[in-house]
Amino acid sequence: MIRVENISKSFNNERVLEDISVTFEEGKTNLIIGQSGSGKTVLIKCIIGLHEVSEGNVFFHDRNMTAMSVKERQILRREMGNLFQGSALFDSLTVEQNIKFPLDMFTNFTTGEKKKRVDFCLDRVHLQRVNDLYPAELSGGMQKRAAIARAIVQNPRYLFCDEPNSGLDPITSIVINDLISDITHEYNMTTVINTHDMNSVMEIGEKVIFIYRGVKEWEGSKDNILIASDENKNLNDFVFASNMAKKLKEKS
Amino acid sequence: MNRVISRPEKWGIYYRQILIEIETLGIQSIGIVIIISIFMGAVVTLQTRYNLENPLIPMYLIGLTARDTMLLEFSSTIVGLILAGKVGSNIASEIGHMRITEQIDALEIMGVNSASYLIQPKLIATVIFNPILTLISMFVGVFGGWLASVVTGALTSSDYIYGIQYWFVPFYVVYSLVKTVVFAIIITTVPAYFGYFVKGGALEVGRASTKGVVSSSILILLFNVILTQLLLA
Repeated sequence: MIRVENISKSFNNERVLEDISVTFEEGKTNLIIGQSGSGKTVLIKCIIGLHEVSEGNVFFHDRNMTAMSVKERQILRREMGNLFQGSALFDSLTVEQNIKFPLDMFTNFTTGEKKKRVDFCLDRVHLQRVNDLYPAELSGGMQKRAAIARAIVQNPRYLFCDEPNSGLDPITSIVINDLISDITHEYNMTTVINTHDMNSVMEIGEKVIFIYRGVKEWEGSKDNILIASDENKNLNDFVFASNMAKKLKEKS
Repeated sequence: MNRVISRPEKWGIYYRQILIEIETLGIQSIGIVIIISIFMGAVVTLQTRYNLENPLIPMYLIGLTARDTMLLEFSSTIVGLILAGKVGSNIASEIGHMRITEQIDALEIMGVNSASYLIQPKLIATVIFNPILTLISMFVGVFGGWLASVVTGALTSSDYIYGIQYWFVPFYVVYSLVKTVVFAIIITTVPAYFGYFVKGGALEVGRASTKGVVSSSILILLFNVILTQLLLA
């Protein structure tokens, strides 16, 4: 469980996040949605600690990360897995070396144990026979899956995903969404996903918060977002931004 | 800088990285150092010969001049400037690319000290290997001078060999190696700084690389003066 308490963030006196409080629940897929430039990525980076918050606190199971030293944060981050928008696999390493990297760095596993763990994670994300390939040799969807395998290799308690579907076709997006959702439930992780893809919201949005111009405008789930959008213009504009969504709304 | 020189998470990984960096930044630079040094040794020898018109000045002093030019200045400073271009741009663009593609963020989130992991092995590799490059440059440069003498007939082989042994000051080698170590630190840390803190896209990575090379070259020239004053005055 991650508890965000009244966090604000400014860059050069410009307020990017304004007094946001939210609890991301364990064993659930928690989605942060909003338009590009609304502050989603800044919020997730503040939670992880890549950006210092201007005000407020972030608690990981009652451990206040904002009050931690650099060293303490490094230790806490070993409990986190992260899926970046561009996958962020290390170019100079093969897929296997990428996934093995955290094990090399932080465990005393034998070579055999590491290999077994890597193969398990690759199998879990449905990737086979890619161990010796370099990231540049993989498709976008395969890169995302390899990045998920790297994110879960150390059994993290917290999983952060920044735009996991960006650049992917709708079918591959569903595969990635299902994978993230399955892994979250299987390992009881606290998963926080940053997206502006409404398909993802309707598929895996067990908890959803909507950010508009740095302010949390709405909090709920996929089950009540359509109803809530009738009462919130900004949410409505976001949810029904596409022509297809507008036509479906008109028909219903 | 504190983060760069902090204790590694795992020595084994760093040791492996140092070997990779020695190969990338050091061994792969041997070729260019040999080519430049051999030509520079030859040119210094020929220019000295053509400017020595006085028959009272012994010919073997040309060998001495070539040797001392290589030892005192060329093998440390000029090779340092060339490596600032080759190695510096390599470091700035590699780290800058990792920054803009979020690979550095990925390291941080894994709990890895990214500054230390990316820069410390490069720093250790260049501090270990650049003095070896300097020594190679000294030998090859002096050999280049001999080759030019023999091929062009500018002076005899025996005059040149006598000249390079004449009034040899071993401290010149120490002086040159001390400079090389300082230059190695500059060549690694300055471009790494520009790469590590780059913001934006590919264009900014290119700019960071240029800034890294220009800044490290200026710092090399500045420290060359300071170290010469401190060590030789």
